[in-house]
Amino acid sequence: MATDDAVSARTEPSPVVAALRDAAMWGLITLLLTGPVVGLGTVASSGTYGFIQRWPLVFSMTAIAFAVRFILMMTVWRRRGAPAPRKVVADLPKSLDSLRKLFIPVFVLLAFAYPFISVFVAGGMTPGRYWIDLGVLVLTYILLGWGLNIVVGLAGLLDLGYVAFYAVGAYTFALLSMNYDLSFWVCLPIAGIIAAMFGVLLGFPVLRLRGDYLAIVTLAFGEIIRLVLINWREFTGGASGINRIPRPSFFGFEFVPSGPTSFAQFFGITHSPVHRLIFFYYVTLLLAFVVLIITIRLRRLPIGRAWEALREDEIACRSLGISVVNTKLTAFSLGAMFGGFAGTVFAARQGYISPQDFTFLTSALVLAIVVLGGLGSNLGVVFSAAVLVGGVEMLRNLGFLKQIFGNDFDPTTYRMLIFGVLMVVIMVWRPRGLISSRSPSVFLTERKTVSAAMVHEGRG
Amino acid sequence: MSEPLLSVQGVKTYYGNIIALRGVDVTVNSGEIVTLIGANGAGKSTLMMTIFGSPQAREGRVIYEGKDITRRRPDEIARMSMALCPEGRRIFPRMTVFENLQMGAIVTDGTGFDRDLERVFTLFPRLKERLQQRGGTLSGGEQQMLAIGRALMSRPRVLLLDEPSLGLAPLIVKQIFNALRELNRSEGLTVFLVEQNAYHALRLAHRGYVMVNGVITLTGTGKELLKRDEVRAAYLEGGKGGVEAAAGH
Repeated sequence: MATDDAVSARTEPSPVVAALRDAAMWGLITLLLTGPVVGLGTVASSGTYGFIQRWPLVFSMTAIAFAVRFILMMTVWRRRGAPAPRKVVADLPKSLDSLRKLFIPVFVLLAFAYPFISVFVAGGMTPGRYWIDLGVLVLTYILLGWGLNIVVGLAGLLDLGYVAFYAVGAYTFALLSMNYDLSFWVCLPIAGIIAAMFGVLLGFPVLRLRGDYLAIVTLAFGEIIRLVLINWREFTGGASGINRIPRPSFFGFEFVPSGPTSFAQFFGITHSPVHRLIFFYYVTLLLAFVVLIITIRLRRLPIGRAWEALREDEIACRSLGISVVNTKLTAFSLGAMFGGFAGTVFAARQGYISPQDFTFLTSALVLAIVVLGGLGSNLGVVFSAAVLVGGVEMLRNLGFLKQIFGNDFDPTTYRMLIFGVLMVVIMVWRPRGLISSRSPSVFLTERKTVSAAMVHEGRG
Repeated sequence: MSEPLLSVQGVKTYYGNIIALRGVDVTVNSGEIVTLIGANGAGKSTLMMTIFGSPQAREGRVIYEGKDITRRRPDEIARMSMALCPEGRRIFPRMTVFENLQMGAIVTDGTGFDRDLERVFTLFPRLKERLQQRGGTLSGGEQQMLAIGRALMSRPRVLLLDEPSLGLAPLIVKQIFNALRELNRSEGLTVFLVEQNAYHALRLAHRGYVMVNGVITLTGTGKELLKRDEVRAAYLEGGKGGVEAAAGH
């Protein structure tokens, strides 16, 4: 290695100079690009257009581009030797292995402690509310992601209309509790079952379809459900949705300030509306764990293996005696059931649902969570849901950027841009998703993680 | 003579309106190795897939163990102890070798799994070395061994093999054919083999059929067919098989 460096030092300029030169180039490009676009703005003033100049913003952007490029050149891209040969089987070092063993319990503990941490860190119930609410939202998307992961990640059936099952779950709960006065806990399994039935309903006509064709039909299915919800006014309330959905209770104790069934009074604590939210957080968390355990168990059973085999090769599956019909339908219905659970939780938390909550954008977001997390990886879904839902929500709090770029800078308008850049960066950095190595569901002596680089989609 | 294990009677198969099999009769007796040879597009693979129920025959009947399986689904047929090793190997590339073999045993009740596994390892020791490796990272020959091993995990009475020599080095082909001969000799496994590699297939098989354009044109024992001028001219001489045939004699 040392001799290599010596050779390169003789033929090339020193790395600092090279990095400076490269960074300066980037700075120049940024300056040229941002100069006219950012530096000059038009404002309508008293009937005519005037120009405003924002040169400080341009120069700060240029400086950032220069600095980032320079730091990257000096650190991450320092060594540009031949890439190390890829390892087929990555043997995990002992220390890393113990770290990995520790990682999951810590993660679970953190998930359970999250509401208290957020109340503590934010300093009080009411400021903590926002964070707990965000936690519930992320958990809902994790639930959705895990459901879709069965269909897309394991069984390999591209579903673009997943939001339909989310909607079915939400509306089932809303309508049952409004019309028949059924409680949340009774409605939850019913909503799951009805969503699963819709999964079968979608599954039957698309049994013969694969790939792009399947994607189009599922996309249409999602839209059909949404349009039915909008137009069947007598049943679903149409575009105005369903309001005042009853809130779930804690074993019969309601989250009200006082009364015989008041949660706060019974436990002798002061009432706070955040209690209900914390309760919701744990309901969703528990549901998520149930779904996770079911998924992990199923992956080890023949049916789970059959899903994965189906994704790999349908003809081989058939020749081994796997019923493709049953395998696809179970994948669709189970994925739909989890979506139905998520929908129920969503409706109960919001207290108000309308068809607007179930647009294609939600399907796309859930699919993005699954793909960015790494197809088939449950942990990957957790990470990418945290990044795509939680992280993007965080981007609302970019007010501090005003201090850097001046008062004309409106950070909220850059939110979706940053979101898009984030997605591209993840896909460039990890083309197969955040967690892309599939650990075998069975192993004889020791677990080995096979590096994803060696396993291309559907090929060797 | 006892009833054949598998018999194909006057089978006609279509792809849409295009006829692929124009009335085929084939019988496979218990304990036999039977091969079907023919050129590209003759309908060999179609016959094999028709026996397995995908696509189904439009006319004629497929009888297996005395039962009419013409209208059965592939997964039902697989449960009747018939195994198909499809063309192009079709192993599961992202699953480990072990998982692939487990998939083969999916129609069994799981008892005797270890014994079946040992049997596959004795036949193809290479698979044991590669057990934790992904199917997709195996070499072509190893993948073919895995495909046959996977098919054997369902403990079939009859094994349907579609072009196991496809794209493999002659030495590997020999290994695989030796394994088939061994299986047949020691366990009496019935094998129905579709091949383009006519020389090796006919030397291995007890009986053979020659298919041209969706009909059977010739039949006889393997040795008889090897000597027939039509077979030599069409499938052996000039090609790779011809050279090997000359070298072998």
